[in-house]
Amino acid sequence: MSTLAARALIERCEELYHDLRLDSVRHWKERTGGLAIGYLPIWAPRELVHAQGALAVGVMGGGDDVEIIKGDACYQSYICHLPRSTIELALDGSYDVLDGMLFPAICDVIRNLSGIWKLEFPGKLARYLDVPQDFDPAVGGEFLRLELEDLSRELEQRGAQPYEPAALRSSLALYNENRTRISALYELRRDEPWKVPTWELYLLLRAGLVLPVDEHSALLDQYRQAVERDTERRPLDQARVLLTGSFCEQPPLGLIKTLERAGCYIVDDDFVQVGRWFTRDVELDGDPLANLVDAFLLHSMGSPTRYDERGSKGTELVRRVAESRAEGVLFCAPSFCDPALLDQPMTVRSIEAAGIPYSSFKYAENTGQFQVIREQAGTFADSIKLFSGASA
Amino acid sequence: MSTTTMAPLKDRSQLRQKQMIAAHFARLARTAESGEKSVYTFVPGNLTELVRNFDLLPVLPEINALQSSMRGKSKEYIALAEKLGHSEDVCSYVKCDIGMLKSGNVGPTGERLPAPDLLLLSYTGCFTFMKWFELLRQEYGAPTVMLHVPYQADGVITDAMRRYVVAQLEKKVIPALEKVSGKKFDLDKLREQLRLSAQAEDDLAWVLHSAKHRPSPIDAYFGGVYYIGPMFSAFRGTQDAVDYYRELRAEVQERLDAGLGPVTPAGTMEHEKFRVVVEGPPNWTSFNEFWRMFADEGAVVVASTYTKVGGFYDFGYRHDPEHPLESLADYCLGCYTNLDLGTRVAVLCRYLEEYDADGLLVHSVKSCNSFSAGQLVMLAEVEKRTGRPVGFLESDLVDPRYFSAANLKNRLESYFQMVAQKRAGARR
Repeated sequence: MSTLAARALIERCEELYHDLRLDSVRHWKERTGGLAIGYLPIWAPRELVHAQGALAVGVMGGGDDVEIIKGDACYQSYICHLPRSTIELALDGSYDVLDGMLFPAICDVIRNLSGIWKLEFPGKLARYLDVPQDFDPAVGGEFLRLELEDLSRELEQRGAQPYEPAALRSSLALYNENRTRISALYELRRDEPWKVPTWELYLLLRAGLVLPVDEHSALLDQYRQAVERDTERRPLDQARVLLTGSFCEQPPLGLIKTLERAGCYIVDDDFVQVGRWFTRDVELDGDPLANLVDAFLLHSMGSPTRYDERGSKGTELVRRVAESRAEGVLFCAPSFCDPALLDQPMTVRSIEAAGIPYSSFKYAENTGQFQVIREQAGTFADSIKLFSGASA
Repeated sequence: MSTTTMAPLKDRSQLRQKQMIAAHFARLARTAESGEKSVYTFVPGNLTELVRNFDLLPVLPEINALQSSMRGKSKEYIALAEKLGHSEDVCSYVKCDIGMLKSGNVGPTGERLPAPDLLLLSYTGCFTFMKWFELLRQEYGAPTVMLHVPYQADGVITDAMRRYVVAQLEKKVIPALEKVSGKKFDLDKLREQLRLSAQAEDDLAWVLHSAKHRPSPIDAYFGGVYYIGPMFSAFRGTQDAVDYYRELRAEVQERLDAGLGPVTPAGTMEHEKFRVVVEGPPNWTSFNEFWRMFADEGAVVVASTYTKVGGFYDFGYRHDPEHPLESLADYCLGCYTNLDLGTRVAVLCRYLEEYDADGLLVHSVKSCNSFSAGQLVMLAEVEKRTGRPVGFLESDLVDPRYFSAANLKNRLESYFQMVAQKRAGARR
C-alpha cells in the first residue's frame, strides 16, 4: 500500500520534472490570477515573492528533454549547458507563462544571461539579483536590503501585491516549515538511505520549484508517511557517498539513478539548494525583511558562489562528510562550471588531508551515456567497501 | 601588403614604459632587503592610488600571466596546474599564475616575485577573481580583504551601489591596508594622487580618441594594450604615469601631424584599408602573429573594449580629488566587464559610429566567461542595429592549445573580403 502511495507521489513529481512548458504554473495562474516569477539557481528570495502574492518558479534548464538549436547559437562550445536550454525554452515560448525572471549573482554566465534576457524580452521583468559578498549586516546587509526593497517595488509595478511586513512574516513561517520537512527527509535518508533513494528525494525537491510552498510541504509529509510505512524498502550493501558540485546545472535524472545502481548510497548532496539554503529557521519576530537579510548573511549554506570570508575552504565539506557518515566523496560537477571547478582543488586538498576517499567526474544536463560514470562509481563504491570500514 | 618592410620599432613611450615596469619589478624583487610590502590585486577595479597611499607595492597576477604567456612560459605553467588538479575547463590566467607560483614565482623580468603581504580581492566584473584569490590564499596563507563591486545590471550606478563600495573601502579595505603597512590613511595624499590620475587619464583619453582620424595614428587594440599598461597596472596616480602619458600624447601628435599610421609588428602601416572595432581580450600566446594578421590586411583597430577593462576614460570618467572614495567607487563600478550586455552593445554601436569603422570583430576567449558569455547575441544585436559587417574569432588568453593560426587567418581574410565586397556594392 505504502509502496504504491510513494510511487504515485514520485510519479507526480516526475511529471512536474518533465513539465518544461510549466503547465502546472499556468494552471496556478488561471486559478489565482497571481504573477509567476522565475528564478535561476542557487538562491532567490522566494519568501518575498510569495508574500506579494506571486509564485516563485525555479528554473533549472531543460535537462535531457530539450533539443538545443537556438541556445547553441547564443553560446560558444566552452560555456556550460544550463543557459543554452534555458534560453532555448524561453525562445520557444515555454516560459511565456512567467511574468519575470530573477538571475541571482552566482557566476558570469548566469549574470550575462540576464543581459541576453533583457535584449530578447525587453517587455519582461528581468532582474539580476546582486547579493553581497560582504556579510557584515551594516555593509552587505544594507546593500541586500536595498536590493530586496527595489525588487519588491518592481514586483508591485508588475502587478504583484504591495509589500506588507505581516505577509512576509507569514511567508517566512511557511518556508521555515517547508525547510524543516526537507531537512527531516535529508536526515531520514542519511540514517536509512534505503528508505529514501536520492532520485526520489531529488524529484521531490524539483517539485518544490514549481509548486506553491504549502502544497509542496503537504507533498513532503505524504511522501514521508508513505516511505516510513513501506516495509519493502530494505538495506542494500551500498557505499555511503557524499556528492558535491551539482548545485547549479543539474545532472540528468538517469545519472543519479546510475550512481545509486552502481552501488552508492548518496547520503548528502548539493542538489536544488534553494530549498535548504538557510541553515536554520528565519527569525519571525521583529522586522521580517531584516530577518530575511540576516538569514542570507549569517545563516546560509556554504557555497562555491559565496566568498569564503574565514579562509576555511573545505572544512565545511569535511564536516558534512562526518555528519552524514559518508565513506567517500564524489565530485560531480557540470562541465565548464566555474564555481564548482575552480573550487574543487581547494576542497580536494581538505578531503585528502582528512584521508577521505574521493573520485571526480563531469557531466552536462543532457549527458546521455552513463556507462563510464557507472563503471567509475561502481569501482569507487567497491573500493570503499573493500578498503574502508563496513558500509551501512 | 599594407605595411613597410622595416623591422618593428619601439616607440619612445614604449621604451619608457619598459623601464618603468623593470624598475617596479626590481623593487618587488628587493622587498626582502628593503622591507617594502606587496599587495596582490586585479586590474579591473584596481585601487592603485589607495595601495600606494600606504607605500605598498601593487602586484597584478593577470599581468604576470599574460607576460608569462608572451615569454612562452604559459604552456608549461598551465600543464603543471592541470597536473595538480585544476580543470582544463577553467580560466587559463588562473592556471598560468598557479603554475608560475609552483615553479618558483619568477616574474616577467626573470626575478622572483615576493609573496603577498595582502590579497586585495577587487571583485569587479569577473566571478573567477574570487576563486583565484581564495586559491592564492590557500597557497600563501596571506590575509585577504574583499571589495565586492556590484554589477551594473541596468547600465546605471545607483546610490546604493556607490554607498556599498564606499562603506567597504572605509570599513574593510582601508583598515586592512593600514594594518599591513603600519601606516595611517592619508586623505590629502590620496587627493593629490587622484589629481595625478586624472591628468594622465586626460592624455590617455586623447590618445584613444586620436583613432577617429584617417588614417588612425594608433592601433587601439594591439597597440592599445601598451597604452593602457601604466594606467591599468601599478602606476596610476604617480608622476611617472603623468610623464608617460604626456610623452605618449606628444608622440601620437607627431604621427598625426605626419599623417602616419600605427606602428605594427610589420612596421609602420602605410595604407589603412580597413577600420574595425574589436570586442574581447587579445590572445597573448601569439600576440604579434595575431596582430600581424590584421596588419597584413591593412586593418587598423580604431576602438576596442578590452582597453576599457581597467577603466572607461574615453567616455569621460575621471578620478576626482574632490570626492576621493566616491570617485574610486565609481571607477570600480564603471569598468567594462562590470557593464550589462545592453550597455556593452550600445558602447560597440557608438564606437562603430564615432570611429567611422567598417565593422565589428569579436575575439572570444575560452577563458573569460565574463567577456564571452553572450557575445554571440551581442554580435547579432550590433549587426541588427548598425547594419555593419560583424565577424567572430575564437582562441584563448594564455593557453596556446586554443590558438589556431590557420583558422584565425582564414576567418579574418573571409571577413575582410566581405567588408570589401560590401564596400564595393555600396559604391555601385
